[in-house]
Amino acid sequence: MAIWLNKDSKVIVQGMTGATGMKHTKLMLGDGTNVVGGVNPRKAGQTVDFDGTEVPVFGTVKEAIEATGANVSVIFVPEKFTKDAVVEAIDAEIPLAVVITEGIAVHDTAAFWSYAGKKGNKTRIIGPNCPGIITPGQSNVGIIPGDITKPGRIGLVSKSGTLTYQMMYELRDIGFSTAVGIGGDPIIGTTHIDALAAFQDDPDTDLIVMIGEIGGDAEERAAAFIKENVTKPVVGYVAGFTAPEGKTMGHAGAIVSGSSGTAQAKKEALEAAGVKVGKTPTETAKLAREILSA
Amino acid sequence: MDLFEYQARDLFAKHDVPVLAGEVIDTPEAAREITERLGGKSVVKAQVKVGGRGKAGGVKLAASADEAVARATDILGMDIKGHTVHKVMIAETAPEILEEYYVSFLLDRANRTFLSIASVEGGMEIEEVAATRPEAVAKTPIDPIDGVDEAKAREIVEAAKFPAEVADKVVNVLVKLWDTFIKSDALLVEVNPLAKVASGEVIALDGKVSLDDNAEFRHPEYEELHDKAAANPLEAAAKEKNLNYVKLDGEVGIIGNGAGLVMSTLDVVAYAGENHGNVKPANFLDIGGGASAQVMANGLEIILGDPDVKSVFVNVFGGITACDEVANGIVQALKLLEDRGENVTKPLVVRLDGNNAELGRQILTDANHPLVQRVDTMDGAADKAAELAHAAK
Repeated sequence: MAIWLNKDSKVIVQGMTGATGMKHTKLMLGDGTNVVGGVNPRKAGQTVDFDGTEVPVFGTVKEAIEATGANVSVIFVPEKFTKDAVVEAIDAEIPLAVVITEGIAVHDTAAFWSYAGKKGNKTRIIGPNCPGIITPGQSNVGIIPGDITKPGRIGLVSKSGTLTYQMMYELRDIGFSTAVGIGGDPIIGTTHIDALAAFQDDPDTDLIVMIGEIGGDAEERAAAFIKENVTKPVVGYVAGFTAPEGKTMGHAGAIVSGSSGTAQAKKEALEAAGVKVGKTPTETAKLAREILSA
Repeated sequence: MDLFEYQARDLFAKHDVPVLAGEVIDTPEAAREITERLGGKSVVKAQVKVGGRGKAGGVKLAASADEAVARATDILGMDIKGHTVHKVMIAETAPEILEEYYVSFLLDRANRTFLSIASVEGGMEIEEVAATRPEAVAKTPIDPIDGVDEAKAREIVEAAKFPAEVADKVVNVLVKLWDTFIKSDALLVEVNPLAKVASGEVIALDGKVSLDDNAEFRHPEYEELHDKAAANPLEAAAKEKNLNYVKLDGEVGIIGNGAGLVMSTLDVVAYAGENHGNVKPANFLDIGGGASAQVMANGLEIILGDPDVKSVFVNVFGGITACDEVANGIVQALKLLEDRGENVTKPLVVRLDGNNAELGRQILTDANHPLVQRVDTMDGAADKAAELAHAAK
């Protein structure tokens, strides 16, 4: 089962023929991901060899879907062209588009998010500026290292890539149903709430780990959602308690503005919703372990 | 990036938002010629990126060119809430102000769209108006694709109940202000106050603009808007090297990979510091996923160049880049710095975890660098780094 991604997912790569796209397509194939094609209008009709696996290149997302039945696209297109790539994926009505690209102008993200809505939200967008999504043992879409962890019964949703890896590593003996990195930009497609809802409904997930960070109010909203809708145990972690006000901490969205977006407020909101919140990543993993062994 | 008032004024003028004349200077004597050109009187306005400068004495009327020079002398160098005034704007004096309004466009993160905020009660902080008289503040969502045309602007004007006699003029300002917002890739454009003056015109008397750093690739003009004078020298040096660095006020230098992990590292060090003389993180530095020897060396150079730093915590999780490569990077980086003639004397605590962690740790053990200590858990390494910083304080 897992959420949004499984062994039957057929994946195309927008920007496959670029350096980053090549590197990660190779890694994704190595993790068993069913990569069925790449998209690049200038290289349509060619094939690319990845250690003996021939992957065809198509001119458009639409052609790639028609030829392969692809239902997932992962986007490695440079930030200047990302908006157009996402719009193309939306127009082709691909069910899932995972936007890895970092450094996208927020006006571009706002525009493609609005466009997705106008087109009836037929495409789930994960990211931008995210590490992707992995269902261990089945499929890996994006840049998450595939060999950190094994299949298991924890669902993970996180704004941060490396904290995702850290948490997967800490709990690698228990394993994960699906881990999804939603990204740290001010506007993102899939939210903590979307992932919480999906994990709540996923029979293969017993516990949810939710990782947040400073900026915005997504964690507070997620807390309200958990209180009303999530019956599975949720363990949380929030990064950025020591971040000064008004400074962007790496992720474009990670900024405390005045008194809003603080880690303390997010932690308190989560705890008020019954979520156990760890002080460090290691302590958070320990909390998850305690609940699962109880 | 937040702009100064004079930069916002210039940007508004470029997009035909009505503003008063004004020029920025950094020496008092320059106020004379500008004031004479403005007809012998002017307003001298401190340029600082913080509110409340009027109350702090940072805005003064000058009735003559001599007086403008005197007021500029007073204000330049003044400290306003921790911000030193390096520049003043010499502005045209406003005609008689009859009413003060507020208008802005901004990113609405929570609703993943844009938002217009408008009020006929301008002149004070909009948060204050919203808290005390919420009914006086009109918030209108703006679709990023549809934008603001005349009809949308009129909807905003009606929602905020602008008086009929200024409605057309405010509609015009809103359309121009939206143009500024979109064409500049802004996160916020705010006019406060938007003044109705005796002639019946509406004029943007003061404004705030914040631009999206991620959009710099299509805005070469951003380059000259950066406030190079105010940037911390270490932050400026890091920016030169494309490092994601923020200077903080503690003693433990931090290097890590990935924004989330580095933020988390700062927190873990601060907790550990509670047991070690309250030492705190000295910086945020994310060297990204690659973590090559070159990037590691550049990062270490910045951090070791910070006199506040007493110990360094290198916290890396090996993902795609495996830990043996990272360990080699650290060893090579130290050698590179020593070859450059840097005097590396501060202790480094290194925690490597993730892919090929054992191999990486072995490389550090074999290198046996006298300043490098290996601690294999994040919490343990943070504790050690805090302890070393406290001992060296």
